[in-house]
Amino acid sequence: MKIKSFLIITIVLFGVWIMLNNSFDPVLLIIGAIASAVIALIFCSKCSVFNDIRLTPKSFIYSFAYIFVFIFELIKSNLDVAYRVLSPRLPINPGIVKVKTNLKSDLGRMTLANSITLTPGTLTVDIKDEFIYVHWIDVTNKDIDAATEKIVKTFEKLLIEIYG
Amino acid sequence: METLKIIGAFIVLAGSIFLFLGSLGMVRMPDLYNRIQAGTKASTLGTILTLSGIIFLSSGWTGKLVILILFVLITNPVSSHILARAAHSVKLKLTDKTVTDKLTEDEELINEKQ
Repeated sequence: MKIKSFLIITIVLFGVWIMLNNSFDPVLLIIGAIASAVIALIFCSKCSVFNDIRLTPKSFIYSFAYIFVFIFELIKSNLDVAYRVLSPRLPINPGIVKVKTNLKSDLGRMTLANSITLTPGTLTVDIKDEFIYVHWIDVTNKDIDAATEKIVKTFEKLLIEIYG
Repeated sequence: METLKIIGAFIVLAGSIFLFLGSLGMVRMPDLYNRIQAGTKASTLGTILTLSGIIFLSSGWTGKLVILILFVLITNPVSSHILARAAHSVKLKLTDKTVTDKLTEDEELINEKQ
């Protein structure tokens, strides 16, 4: 279904237009709407990037929940980095572990990998199909299932509702 | 007006503290991966806080600053992931403290099969 991608890109471009102009003058809004629709039509008539997103009320609720969880984890990870950097002993125990994701869509996996990078002590190094290799600053468990439980589950249960 | 400016200034200060901690992490961490860890997280929140502090200081720029924040939020983890992946594919040595490296193990397994 291409219409979904087209609509999402138009809305995103229109939002950027409003934020850049910083005004709600009707003439500007009409020009922006036409321009973003034309750009989306020309450059994205065949793209399928956003086709995986579900546009249901439930997925909107989960998107909001995801944003709040994400901000919370980002602040937590920064305090974690601050603790490790300022501590004189430099308490690190790093290693690269393998985790498994149940997400099917590419966009969902990308979002998950980016979220992992910004959460406490983890950094995505590589993705091969459903396995994500994560550099973990404090390895507590080398086992794939235990690591998955600790690193991936927080975000996955939200993202699986949004992307399927 | 004055109170808004003071709040904004404090948020900018908090952001710059996180940026400083990130750069301190760059110096103190033993290898590239740990440096990326410290750098990415601290610079993301540091930049976001600095930019949102400026929203309080000059309200006319809100939309542009929100775009900047979203851009930083999307591009920062991608660039750090690419750096880590490139470093691993040229076999950059991990620090001696490293306890496990599943990616190298799996790559060796694939090479043995071929």
